[in-house]
Amino acid sequence: MSSEPSFFQISYNIFLQYWPMFLKGTIVTLILAIAGTLTGTVIGLLIGVVRTIPTHPHDSTFKKILLKILNIILTIYIEVFRGTPMIVQSMVIFYGVPILFGIKLGVFQAAYFIVSINTGAYMSEIVRGGILSIDKGQFEASSSIGMSHFQTMVNVVMPQVIRNILPATGNEFVINIKDTSVLNVIGVSELFFASKSIAGNNFKYFEVYLITSIIYLICTYSVTQLLRFAERRIEGRDSYTIHGSTTLTDSKFEIRPGRS
Amino acid sequence: MKDKVIEVNHLSKNFGENEVLKDIHFEVYSGEVVCIIGSSGSGKSTLLRCINLLETATTGEILYRGTDINTPGFSTTQYRTKLGMVFQQFNLFKNKTVLGNCTLGPIKVLKKSKEEARKTALKYLDVVGMADYIEAKPAQLSGGQQQRVAIARALCMEPDAILFDEPTSALDPETIGEVLKVMKELAKSGLTMLIVTHEMEFARDVSSRVVFMDNGIIAEENTPENIFTNPNNPRTREFLKRTLDK
Ligand SMILES: Nc1ncnc2c1ncn2[C@@H]1O[C@H](COP(=O)(O)OP(=O)(O)OP(=O)(O)O)[C@@H](O)[C@H]1O
Ligand SMILES: [Mg+2]
Repeated sequence: MSSEPSFFQISYNIFLQYWPMFLKGTIVTLILAIAGTLTGTVIGLLIGVVRTIPTHPHDSTFKKILLKILNIILTIYIEVFRGTPMIVQSMVIFYGVPILFGIKLGVFQAAYFIVSINTGAYMSEIVRGGILSIDKGQFEASSSIGMSHFQTMVNVVMPQVIRNILPATGNEFVINIKDTSVLNVIGVSELFFASKSIAGNNFKYFEVYLITSIIYLICTYSVTQLLRFAERRIEGRDSYTIHGSTTLTDSKFEIRPGRS
Repeated sequence: MKDKVIEVNHLSKNFGENEVLKDIHFEVYSGEVVCIIGSSGSGKSTLLRCINLLETATTGEILYRGTDINTPGFSTTQYRTKLGMVFQQFNLFKNKTVLGNCTLGPIKVLKKSKEEARKTALKYLDVVGMADYIEAKPAQLSGGQQQRVAIARALCMEPDAILFDEPTSALDPETIGEVLKVMKELAKSGLTMLIVTHEMEFARDVSSRVVFMDNGIIAEENTPENIFTNPNNPRTREFLKRTLDK
């Protein structure tokens, strides 16, 4: 038996010693990823809807100009946040907001804001694509029964869009689990930040970051599997009940069509 | 003379340089079943879509029960609820069940109560023979079933008239019959119908009037007997010969 402890033993010991810190970091990472993805998706849905408001030739000039300005602002927002790294955005926002607006941001608040606004930029393009991919016939059928554009969006289009963008939203979530690591530059105590502190203590960089990788992988893999399960659930019941008789409501039988 | 439901005057429609409808004059009276026939690209769908405001006419006027629909204060929403539309591709709301498709308009637009809307929906789903499928989603139904639900959806708005744009053209030959049968019954019940169709036999049997469109104009308009046995216009004769020979 060698007196030197093996690599695995060292790693295991590090984990035993520091697991509360790893856990805390993981929780912060997950909370930021979840909250940021949800808020970003809501931002994306709102912007996607605004950016697809149709204009008719007989609309008022005021409405046309207002929409045009709104569209320009939103385009700038999307391009800026998709066109710069989140790590740079973090620095600019965290140090810039107090200077420009006189608001002192908490580290966690700033982090939540950055992830949300960043995700929002990506999601609004995904949502816009989702809305544009809805069959024109759905809009036409809707207006042929007198529904307004707003009613059509709420009752017909958005439910279909949300279902269609679910995989993309899940993808954003997984990306956010990984990308929140850049927030360590503003001192958010997420998983990467925690790992940095641990490694700074014991100088076992390789072992510490290997543990960190495994934790990230476990998180992203479980989320992917969970989303896949959720998607299958949402695909919905592929059977329906035929009410064989309107008078005898219990005379039902189920049909399971071959195609889904 | 019966009430005029729709009147179209000097209507034209351009898509860019392409003049698809040229100075159309056209009327539909209450209780009439008008079939529009004509070759592909002659502007039949465009005419229907202009009447229904899915397209904006380039020039001309559309009157609903004598009132120009561009009159200030005229509610286009209400106008649309008065004209049902049945599409070639059914266009059922994919996220809604059969029942949901039929109750959405009555609840959201006509502001009926859920209970009332459901009752109306069941009544009309029964008319089209789909009352047993209220829980099904559109994707679970055959084309013919979907189109019958789409007809019920239009009926649920209790419209003044229903416009049909080639309601059977996307269907398998076996299911065309079930949809035509429903439409025949509706015609018999006195519903005002404006139907674009390639089903000549159906047009001959149910129409009160047949309109033949050719190249953006109404080339001939007559009773089905006259159109099918003794057409005035050589273009009509040619079209019918081509179609009926198939
Ligand atoms: N949105 C559009 N943009 C440009 N051109 C169009 C558009 N819709 C229709 N057209 C053109 O207008 C003409 C008439 O089309 P329309 O769909 O009204 O014909 P149709 O009589 O219904 O033909 P079909 O029997 O094939 O349905 C065609 O030449 C078509 O290419
Ligand atoms: Mg057509």
